[in-house]
Amino acid sequence: MFTYTVWIVLIPFFLFILIGFFGHKFKPLVSGVVGTSGLFASMALSYYTAYQYFFVVGKTGDVFGKIIGYNTVWLKLTEKLHIDLGVLLDPISVMMLIVITTVSFMVHLYSIGYMQGEKGYMRFFSMLSLFSFSMLGLVVATNIFQMYIFWELVGVSSYLLIGFYYTRDTAVAASKKAFIVTRFADLGFLIGILLLSFNTGTFDFLTLTDPNGVAITQGSGIMFLGLSTMTWSMIFIFMGGAGKSAMFPLHIWLPDAMEGPTPVSALIHAATMVVAGVYLVARMFPIFHFSAPVALDVVMCVGAFSSIFAAVIACTQYDIKRVLAYSTMSQIGLMMFALGVSGYGAEEGLGFMASMFHLFTHAFFKALLFLAAGAIIHAVHSNYMNDMGGLRKHLPITHITFLIACLSIAGIPPLAGFFSKDEILAAGHEKSMMLFILGLIISALTAFYMFRLYFSIFWGKQQQYHHTPHEAPKVMTIPLILLALGAVFAGFIPFSSFVTSDGKPFASHIDFAVAIPAVLVGVLGALTAMMFYMKETNIPETISRSLGGFYRAAFRKFYIDEIYLFITKKILFNYVSRPVAWFDRHIVDGSMNGISYVTNEVSTRIKGMQSGQLQQYAWIFVSGAIGLALAFIYLWTL
Amino acid sequence: MITGILILLPLAFSLLIFSLRDERQIRMAALTGSVAEFLVSAYGLFLYSTQCHCNWLLDIGWIPSLHINLSFGIDGISLLMVLLTTFLTPLIILSSLEHSYRKPSAFYGLIMLMEMAFIGVFTASDGLVFYIFWELALIPAYFICAVWGGNDRIRITFKFFIYTFTGSLFMLVALIWLYFRTPQPHTFEIIYLYAAHLTPAEQTWIFLAFFLAFAIKIPIFPFHTWQPDTYTESPAGGTMLLAGIMLKMGTYGLIRFLLPICPVALKEWGWLAMILAVTGIIYASVIAIRQSDMKRLVAWSSIAHVGLIAAGIFALTPKALEGAVIQMVSHGINITGLFIIISIIEKRTGTREISRISGLAAKAPWLAVLFMIVLLGSIGLPLTNGFVGEFLLLLGIFEYNYWIAAVAGLTIIFSAVYMLWMYQRTMLGNPMEDLEISGDISMKEAIPLIPLVVMIFWIGIFPGFFLNLAEPAVRTILNLMH
Repeated sequence: MFTYTVWIVLIPFFLFILIGFFGHKFKPLVSGVVGTSGLFASMALSYYTAYQYFFVVGKTGDVFGKIIGYNTVWLKLTEKLHIDLGVLLDPISVMMLIVITTVSFMVHLYSIGYMQGEKGYMRFFSMLSLFSFSMLGLVVATNIFQMYIFWELVGVSSYLLIGFYYTRDTAVAASKKAFIVTRFADLGFLIGILLLSFNTGTFDFLTLTDPNGVAITQGSGIMFLGLSTMTWSMIFIFMGGAGKSAMFPLHIWLPDAMEGPTPVSALIHAATMVVAGVYLVARMFPIFHFSAPVALDVVMCVGAFSSIFAAVIACTQYDIKRVLAYSTMSQIGLMMFALGVSGYGAEEGLGFMASMFHLFTHAFFKALLFLAAGAIIHAVHSNYMNDMGGLRKHLPITHITFLIACLSIAGIPPLAGFFSKDEILAAGHEKSMMLFILGLIISALTAFYMFRLYFSIFWGKQQQYHHTPHEAPKVMTIPLILLALGAVFAGFIPFSSFVTSDGKPFASHIDFAVAIPAVLVGVLGALTAMMFYMKETNIPETISRSLGGFYRAAFRKFYIDEIYLFITKKILFNYVSRPVAWFDRHIVDGSMNGISYVTNEVSTRIKGMQSGQLQQYAWIFVSGAIGLALAFIYLWTL
Repeated sequence: MITGILILLPLAFSLLIFSLRDERQIRMAALTGSVAEFLVSAYGLFLYSTQCHCNWLLDIGWIPSLHINLSFGIDGISLLMVLLTTFLTPLIILSSLEHSYRKPSAFYGLIMLMEMAFIGVFTASDGLVFYIFWELALIPAYFICAVWGGNDRIRITFKFFIYTFTGSLFMLVALIWLYFRTPQPHTFEIIYLYAAHLTPAEQTWIFLAFFLAFAIKIPIFPFHTWQPDTYTESPAGGTMLLAGIMLKMGTYGLIRFLLPICPVALKEWGWLAMILAVTGIIYASVIAIRQSDMKRLVAWSSIAHVGLIAAGIFALTPKALEGAVIQMVSHGINITGLFIIISIIEKRTGTREISRISGLAAKAPWLAVLFMIVLLGSIGLPLTNGFVGEFLLLLGIFEYNYWIAAVAGLTIIFSAVYMLWMYQRTMLGNPMEDLEISGDISMKEAIPLIPLVVMIFWIGIFPGFFLNLAEPAVRTILNLMH
């Protein structure tokens, strides 16, 4: 019935092969058009699947079940333990299919215009297809190992795309950093998988996440350092997720990744790949909840801290893409936080639902923000806010769509962001007042830095441009408009009737005790930004000066990069690598040479035995022969 | 029968090449010989996988009085190693054709001789025959490095020779000892060696002797110091033969001799071997980070990679052992690919110094693509060959001990660090100006790389076929230990 879903994943793969190997035989535009239409096919199939799943066959009784659309055994380890490749359909994977194919299609379309005239146009589109394939393979994984395989492939396509401008040193360095930091996290992921599979004897999600299945009911394994094996394995698996989702302290690659072309930032580093970590936790949620609640607390703390940490930094940055990058980190932190506070089962699982809802709406407005930023950068030829101002007249469509996205992310009703963020705050509210207040602070900061961006770009002082900035071509503005529609209306979807922690739909409602303060702080943040940045004033400077050290620290991203650099460059390279190399040359090799030296010496000493005197030779020969004979006889008789 | 042909064919071609004078004919003969050899082995694979999973035994009386027979046999592991040898040799010859070596008849003749010795090692089912071919492989290797190597070749090759020869002598002593421990009448026949009655103390000594011999060949830390120098100084083709095939003799020896003969000693001393292997992984990775010569960097990376293979062998679990066999094949493929690419780059730029090369991708995009694929294979990206083996090895080591697996797993990160660093510096960034040969990789240069790339994906995407070949043999070996 759902066998065709494998094509949703495979179409981009064949596009990758097609464009990668034969693209250069045609005009560049051909690869753009082929890639975009292929993704359109994939998107259409996803929508059809979603319709079939949610409205026709997905529900058994009252619950959305898990359906295996396609499966094949890839590697048989033992009779019981094998690694499959397949397609798993359940509410979250179907939702992710929609998000990925939609955003990917928009980005493809946009890139036809944005990348025009770039060297490596075909390479760009083939890599985009490779990424789409890997990301789709990741979300439909039927088992955690398939997820790991595609997880790594996603990492590589991200590496290749960040380093797209491979003659630019900063881009190349950023791509390597992204790959290595995430690979470090992935080692944790792999260890987690191994621990988990040893404890449960399976990789399969159906078995692992069934609340009544053996994996959960059998208990949490032996204790180690005060935590159970299951908890350790979940913490390690979360480490992988934190790496991909740029959670503190593994976030350092994300801001640098902005060196990639802007459409890439929109697709990979805003809407899809970076939420893979959230998806991973959501996918494993029953295990987290039942077998490893401590690990779930870790998820909550890391998420909450990353969120506020990134929000503070975002207020101080001047590169618009970096502001957006930190904003992404902050929003993903919120999603992690929501998962962390969530319970299991219909209303109990409000946080789970909120997290997925926010993932869904965030994909639209954040992709929109990046694509709009791309249009702005395209027009001004700079990434820096200081080089912009008064652009609203020059870029009317970009202006309106950007404003919509800002309102949406700031949580102003009735835009999409309001609904999803409201659910997250409600989930936090249920857990504790402190967390709710933290959520409010993050919301205020979010509204502030987004409108700081908005006002400095489109209002503020009128800049003198070398040549008048002009609006992007239609092929770029149409995706903006479509995404803006998503950013406005996506919130009206009754999300809790489709995506819940246990598959049982429930009715969620707006709690005014949560919604009113949330909207108020959002408006407050936006108004403050307006006061500071709508007209050129010296208020921001005064404030930043009065904040002194704290501002400087936030501006320098709290020196995390420097710390890492110190550890890797200074300690690893100079204090580990170099001494080890020295040790190898002088001690290990030296002692081996020493042995040969001794041998040499001995041979020089006994050289005297070669005296040329026949009697002496004969004597040595005879005694040697007797010795050997004795040895042989001795051995023989043992 | 096939085993006989496999051994005699390269020998015949080697003699033919030695007698030829015309360079064109020499090249043709070397290529024909090695390709023919590959076809024979491919036919062998066909027979093996369709007809029977039996051994083709070949037994010729040699020294009847001592019951020493020239006996050969093939199981799944042997077959994979033979295929690796016959698959890589023509590619190595092809890539060597790009250079013009003086005394080509000797060069290609020695390569064919080496191929024969490799096949002999991988198929021998008699201890002494194994030893003889083992030594036989060393001689051409020595001459190839000593005659066609770099500036410092004499000193380095001498070190290499002494090192490995010392190891071999220990093995000979162990074999002779075992000979006297086999039931009457004494023999070197491998199945009787397995059945030899040894006291635990004897086993320990034999374990140490074998371990030393194989550890030097592989090489396992701290017996590795000949390796980086030798790889760096050898001519490109020689390095590929050493790294791609010859070091597998060591890991093969561990599986074929050490495991079944000394199970008791392994229980007692296996942890030590494991610690050395894992230490080597980290140790070599850390040093690889600091290397400035591409060949030397890959040489160090090889120590790290084979360290993982060795660790997997000492984990003594079926998965780890299967992983080791697959990884032996994959490592052979990837490292040969890397050395071919390095030799292409060296030809273009006239140097292997990483700091003096930059931005080749802009001028040679297809070279950049091929390099990237081989690199991804060697850092073990899923769906490439390196991943399957690495994962099975880690899984097996994990069963052996959590902590050791976690430490060994660091290789995943380290390999990405130094490989990507090398790639970044040489291929990316601003293009360098003084290229001796401009333009992209030529079809002729690409031909030896293409089969390697195909194999990288084939093993990576459909590992089942190769694992099925290895699996029964691995099970037999492990059963022998009980």
